[in-house]
Amino acid sequence: MTEAIPGLTYTTARERPFDPPDELTRVREETPLHRMIYADDHEGWLVTGYALARAVLAHPSFSTRPELLHPPIQNRLIKMKEFTTPPGFFIRMDPPDHTRFRKLLTGQFTVRRMKQLEPRIEQITNDRLDAMERQGGPVDLVQAFAMPIPSLVICELLGVPYDDRERFQRDSAVMLSLRSTPEQAKAAMDDLLGYLRDLVRRKRAEPSDDLLGGLVAGGELNDEELAGVGLLLLVAGHETTANMLGLGTFALLTNPKQLAAVRDDPAVVEGAVEELLRYLTIIHIGPVRTAVEDVDLGGHLIKAGEAVTIAAAVANRDPERFGEAETLDVSRPVHGHLTFGHGVHQCLGQQLARAEMRIAYPALLRRFPGLRLAVPAEDVPMRSDMAIYGVHRLPVTW
Amino acid sequence: MKIKADTGVCVGAGMCALTVPEVFDQSDDDGTVVVLDPDPPASREAAVRRAVQLCPSGALSIEE
Ligand code: HEM
Ligand code: SF4
Repeated sequence: MTEAIPGLTYTTARERPFDPPDELTRVREETPLHRMIYADDHEGWLVTGYALARAVLAHPSFSTRPELLHPPIQNRLIKMKEFTTPPGFFIRMDPPDHTRFRKLLTGQFTVRRMKQLEPRIEQITNDRLDAMERQGGPVDLVQAFAMPIPSLVICELLGVPYDDRERFQRDSAVMLSLRSTPEQAKAAMDDLLGYLRDLVRRKRAEPSDDLLGGLVAGGELNDEELAGVGLLLLVAGHETTANMLGLGTFALLTNPKQLAAVRDDPAVVEGAVEELLRYLTIIHIGPVRTAVEDVDLGGHLIKAGEAVTIAAAVANRDPERFGEAETLDVSRPVHGHLTFGHGVHQCLGQQLARAEMRIAYPALLRRFPGLRLAVPAEDVPMRSDMAIYGVHRLPVTW
Repeated sequence: MKIKADTGVCVGAGMCALTVPEVFDQSDDDGTVVVLDPDPPASREAAVRRAVQLCPSGALSIEE
């Protein structure tokens, strides 16, 4: 093990908006695995290499249970071990507890199910584009387009009234902000759980034909568990795709050739979505895991109790796996990126996110062929202070 | 080649059905893999191998 940087700590501070922090890239150039000091002074690991990242995420000896985790940065979300994870929040469970919840949901998120949703996603997208056209530029693309589309889609799918969005969007923003104090993050989570508990109770009284209603009727989960599942799906379902739409559009606007390909050639759209996911890797902290027993990873020993942080953004640019990894090239065939994770926790909503992006990017670019930034690119506020990367606002006109 | 799928291990991520829809589907029930064509033609071999590689749970394997 080389020790290229003594006392290495994690960072989310970027030199350029679309590239991961240079320091993390520099570590990958030296070694796929490096010692790292966590925010609680724990001495754990940083994984920067693609092959090793996949190996950790697929390995059954790495846990995601909050009481075992260490925070790579002073991140309230990952400091959740200070709170109890709500029942049903299966992203923070190991098999077999995790399996029980995941199996109840996977039937709802299959490739085929998501295909059936496409006409509705198209309609929602067109409604937003009509509203933008009526309003006229400049508009903030995040508020007008990137946020409402995934928010409306996940609300309809789950059966959460979209009219309540002010409450759940505010709560989830506080939960995901790295600036929130643990008390603020916990209060926001409790508020959202309270809201979902009420909603579940209403669905118990009055059956509804949506995902939460179906889970209520299925009778496998109690109200607390249902609220926890709802919390996970609601937060994961709109914050992530929203940031891909905002950041992805920003990236295309600064790469006119790539933008033209996505706008004009339907055949590149599918690959473009994968390439944008790889290149932008909005998951800029983790995934994080802790070894529950000693693990030998191709000659590297990770000891029981040691934390591992996957730097997915630099692993997704590992030249041993991806050619010309530092360039955005929407026309190349790309697969196997780690933006949705890997292993048993690989994103449950990925086929939904793909459907939303495949519809939304080209629809936006075709409706407004003259789409351009309404501010200098340097003035676009970046989400380095949030658990999920992206743009806070994207002022555009056409 | 012969495809083997372990639905007990599958986590329903759908990478297989996304990569080679002619060969893989997912059950409506629990989203686990359904192999439509366990012995696919040689023309699909490369895509099937990629699906096996992409599967996040290790549920898929190929017997030569
Ligand atoms: C571009 C958009 C998205 C990205 C980049 C993304 C990324 C991820 C990643 C990296 C994980 C794994 C975390 C880990 O291993 O610790 C994950 C898990 C998850 N995602 Fe997504 N996600 C996206 C969209 C969605 C959507 C639309 C939903 C809506 C349902 C969703 C629901 C979930 C759930 C429920 C899990 C937990 C799965 C489990 O633990 O088994 N995600 N996502
Ligand atoms: S890719 Fe693997 S985990 Fe996903 S549905 Fe197919 S077999 Fe199951």
